[in-house]
Amino acid sequence: MGRYIARRLLLTIPVLLGSTFLIFAMVYALPGDPIAALAGDRPLAPGVVAELKDRYNLNDPLLVQYGKYLGALLQGDLGTDFAGRSVSATVAERLPVTIKLALVAIAFEAVMGLVAGILAGIRKGSFFDNLVLVSTIGVVSIPVFVLGFVAQITLGLRLNLFPISGISEGLYSYLLPGFVLAALSVAYVARLTRTSLVENLRNDYVRTAKAKGLPPRTVVGKHAMRNSLIPVVTFLGADLGTLLSGAIVTEGIFNIPGLGRTVFQAVLLSEGAVVVGIVTLFILFYILFNLVVDILYAALDPRIRYE
Amino acid sequence: MSSPPDVSSGRSPDEALRRSAGPDPTESPLPGAAETTSTGSSRQASLWSDAWRQLRRNPIFVIASLLLVVLATMAAFPSLFTNADPLSCNLANSRGGPGTNGAWFGYDLQGCDYYANIIYGVRVSMVIGVAVVGGALVIGVTLGALAGFYGGWFDSLMSRITDIFFGLPLILGAIILLNAFTGDRGLFQVSLALIAFGWMTILRLLRSSVIAVKSTDYVQAARALGAGDWRIITTHILPNAIAPVLVYATIAIGGIIAAEATLSFLGIGLQRPSISWGLQIEEARDFVRTSPYLLLIPSAFLSVTVLCFIMLGDALRDALDPKLR
Repeated sequence: MGRYIARRLLLTIPVLLGSTFLIFAMVYALPGDPIAALAGDRPLAPGVVAELKDRYNLNDPLLVQYGKYLGALLQGDLGTDFAGRSVSATVAERLPVTIKLALVAIAFEAVMGLVAGILAGIRKGSFFDNLVLVSTIGVVSIPVFVLGFVAQITLGLRLNLFPISGISEGLYSYLLPGFVLAALSVAYVARLTRTSLVENLRNDYVRTAKAKGLPPRTVVGKHAMRNSLIPVVTFLGADLGTLLSGAIVTEGIFNIPGLGRTVFQAVLLSEGAVVVGIVTLFILFYILFNLVVDILYAALDPRIRYE
Repeated sequence: MSSPPDVSSGRSPDEALRRSAGPDPTESPLPGAAETTSTGSSRQASLWSDAWRQLRRNPIFVIASLLLVVLATMAAFPSLFTNADPLSCNLANSRGGPGTNGAWFGYDLQGCDYYANIIYGVRVSMVIGVAVVGGALVIGVTLGALAGFYGGWFDSLMSRITDIFFGLPLILGAIILLNAFTGDRGLFQVSLALIAFGWMTILRLLRSSVIAVKSTDYVQAARALGAGDWRIITTHILPNAIAPVLVYATIAIGGIIAAEATLSFLGIGLQRPSISWGLQIEEARDFVRTSPYLLLIPSAFLSVTVLCFIMLGDALRDALDPKLR
């Protein structure tokens, strides 16, 4: 196990280098001149331009820029944006918001997805089962921004149940965006739970448990659920990594000052340092959570052993 | 986000959709047995003819393909469905509700006929969906077949490159890339950005199914008969390995259409005067209180189009996956 983790961590290094270079190249190969854009209508004095270009390493070739960036990154320095604010400070301010939103979303997924999946799975072929199957396909085909707007109009504006913009009302204002962010995965979790429960209920050990005369509650809750939950738990783990980096649209619609909205604005403003810094963080999340999920798999299912 | 889910890991959501699809209730215990005897045909049923027979009986497939035929006709010949010019607008009609002056869906902010705009919007969605998935198929199938067939350093290299691209979510990658393009952003640029971050799953799917097929007896037999690599790959391996890729690609068209609308909505995809549902939804966001139809109509068309491709892919999966028979 220790060797497996070490090998996985080693394999992460080229991927991380490649991904950061990919973003770096896309961001800094930008044909536009961010310094000129900074100045607005009145061009900056040539000396100022030279000084700024020098400070942000804009005169170096791409690979040298990237090398300097990596060197700073290894010392924990994410660079500064053009307003002189350090990217680390921006991340420290925005990250908690994104984490809160992701946790609310995961809670929705776990509760709604599991309940719907279990109820559908134990009564396979029933009306409720078909309802879950049809509604999950429906939810999957509605793009997130459409879902966000419809939720804003109906639940926010018409019924006035939830705040629709910003985070001024604490946890309460995270509920609606969290639900919208979670909707797609709720559908997946429900289907995954249903499928895996239906498969497990067919197994011999479940028949044995029934034959012993155990009440259905114990058979499903104790015997079948333990195995059925393994893929669901691992999906939720991987999804947490995705949610932490995938909230650009939801954060934009609900005006939530998290990392997703920040990175989108930074892209539009050609704030290279902010974009590269935050996206690197996203990639780290993605790689980390995938590793955790693989380890979790082995921990939960004793049949799986890594060398 | 609506980016296509990662199917590479064994526990992907797609897997869940596939396994939960269940056997087709209309299926007879011996599919096709009656037909072959009654026609007296001695031709063996292939995977594809079996699949086609099962598809024709699947109501989901029939409904989805009928709707898609209508949508494709709208995309190819929008003037069959509306006489109005989507770009001839009269500000006097601005945000006139459905039914104003006989316009079914009313008028948008600029006073353009909304029904005509919606109909002309089908074309952009369909073209981008098909072009992007087509491009991703070319890249993914070529590289995936080579990586799976030859293995070795090329395979390792491809695995690392897909890992690198998987680290960036589809929408985020496309946003960054589109922002790097100067000048106008049209169909070509948006398609290119979506292809750049949309080919990885196809490569992985095809690579693993090529590896599975490569070791089968009929491939060994073909090799023993002296067939070259090219012939083995194209006539023996690909036809038997492509099924999961086709299922994924069908569903992915829906995902890409949603992604294009998302990008246009964010203001980084298509630009006016292009007609796109994403742009219409973006414009409607400021008027949700007073003119909700401006938001709801393109949203409904967008969702139904995506739904059609998902249903088609689901039906295809049921038909092509012999394990479910």
